[in-house]
Amino acid sequence: MTFEAPDQDQRTVMIPPPEGDRVIDVHGLDFFYGKNQALYGVELPVARNKVTALIGPSGCGKSTLLRTLNRIYDLYAGQSATGKIMFDGSNILDQGKNSEQLRARIGMVFQRPTPFPMSIYDNIAFGVRLHRSVGKAEMDEIVERSLVRAALWDEVKDKLTTSGLGLSGGQQQRLCVARGIAINPDVLLLDEPASALDPLSTAKLESTLIELKSSITIVIVTHNLQQAARISDYTGFMLLGKMVEFRPSSDAFVSPETKQMQDYITGRFG
Amino acid sequence: MSTAASVSDEALRVTDAQGNARSPRNDWLFRNLCLSAVLAMMATLIGLVGSLVSGGWMALSHFGFSFFTTSTWDPVADQYGAAGPIVGTLITALLALVFALPIAVGVAVFLVEICPQIIARWLAIAVELLAGIPSIVYGMWGLFVLAPWFAQNVQIPLMTWVTPGSWLEAIVSGVPNGANIFTASLILAVMILPYIAAILRELLMSVPSHMREAAYGLGCTPREVVMRIMLPYVRRSAIGAVMLGLGRALGETMAVTFIIGNSHNFPHSLFDSGSTISSTIANEFTEATGDMHISALIALGTVLFMITFVTIALARLLLGRGGPK
Repeated sequence: MTFEAPDQDQRTVMIPPPEGDRVIDVHGLDFFYGKNQALYGVELPVARNKVTALIGPSGCGKSTLLRTLNRIYDLYAGQSATGKIMFDGSNILDQGKNSEQLRARIGMVFQRPTPFPMSIYDNIAFGVRLHRSVGKAEMDEIVERSLVRAALWDEVKDKLTTSGLGLSGGQQQRLCVARGIAINPDVLLLDEPASALDPLSTAKLESTLIELKSSITIVIVTHNLQQAARISDYTGFMLLGKMVEFRPSSDAFVSPETKQMQDYITGRFG
Repeated sequence: MSTAASVSDEALRVTDAQGNARSPRNDWLFRNLCLSAVLAMMATLIGLVGSLVSGGWMALSHFGFSFFTTSTWDPVADQYGAAGPIVGTLITALLALVFALPIAVGVAVFLVEICPQIIARWLAIAVELLAGIPSIVYGMWGLFVLAPWFAQNVQIPLMTWVTPGSWLEAIVSGVPNGANIFTASLILAVMILPYIAAILRELLMSVPSHMREAAYGLGCTPREVVMRIMLPYVRRSAIGAVMLGLGRALGETMAVTFIIGNSHNFPHSLFDSGSTISSTIANEFTEATGDMHISALIALGTVLFMITFVTIALARLLLGRGGPK
């Protein structure tokens, strides 16, 4: 790719949500895979009960950014992050190695559906039981409510005891969403959740996410620009490990300011 | 155009022109070569079972069911009852599994989920080294090192501590020389441990990383991920690993022969000397002269074959049932 003027390379545009509305606030985040730096001083304000979409070409660091928000990168030796990720008044990068509590509050849905090798019911009950003890009646209610909110209840209510692995890909992904919201997280991170799904399943998943945002903050990484435009309230465009442009989605796809984002959304690269 | 490309073009043309390379006759040949490989294998199996049964038939028909239920093994009087070796085989193999399995699970989980990968690689090599030690070396180590130590530090203290007539005698009575069923099981456990640990490690490593991440993403601790997600995920194949270890323990000969004490009596306690089927055969085959003696040993081999067969069949049955719910 070529850019017209070198000074435009460095230009970033940030039109963030008001400070009081932010549930997560990322400042100056650097991320390293061993010695390779993958993120450079990234800023990301995440607005409460909104959908924030991260877009950009492959390898731009959007998934890496998402994976720092619940510290899932901790699982791998050699990966490290510096900077500030403010959540609930403290920097989550300072909290040592115990990330379990954090991950209960910031849930994650992955690119590939990941139902556990157990029944549909247990897939949801499993996560709930990790964090508190729940009676049978209450658990039944939680399972039903989570499945209803994930728009899966009608399809599985008669086979809750069968394996979650027996569902279709789209159903599995919505099961993972149900599992994620069953433990009442404040934030749900989704890493290209629809990339393995057919268009119909994708549409169902998207309407699920729009329903959910009344109570849960959503951050979604997607390759699909239409998807970002359809469901998100804020859009962050990343390139080469930097946050190039962040603004409300209402105008992000109409009048992006930076040359790079213009090129990307008009399909000139990426 | 490069040389390589022109050569392959030419090769392509030659085959096309001749047409032979793709004729149905070659395919027929290929299929029948594979078929004959299978037939050769099946013929070996059937022949082996046939000769085992026919060789042991004399003893089996003469002693009938009492071959399995009595424990008089007396070559001089030509009386053979195999209950001692059969029970010895089953007890040592099962005990070995009981000793080895928890340790193998611990080793595998530690290597995969707990220790840094660089160290894990070296530790895994050490585990494989353990598997590479020849059986006879284990036997010598057992006889010269483990048995005397065990007699001095475990067997004799326990025997003096237990009051005569107490039920504990069912465990500790026996000749205090350390050559007994318990120490044989320990040696067997050490021998099958690396096999089970190595297979379990491979299985745990085969758990997809997205499955682990999903579990951690829900807020699982490492212990919960291992116990609730990873081990259940590999459960079915893990049974296969365990059965493989059991099969090896059932058939192991040299090390056990060294340390089990080689008594044909029905074992009365865990610290009693005993024998296994394979140790009996190894001990006596060169000295067996009477037809009945030889036939009794072959019958023993048949029994061992059956036990192993049942083990494998059980494993298949367990593997076929259920699966991930």
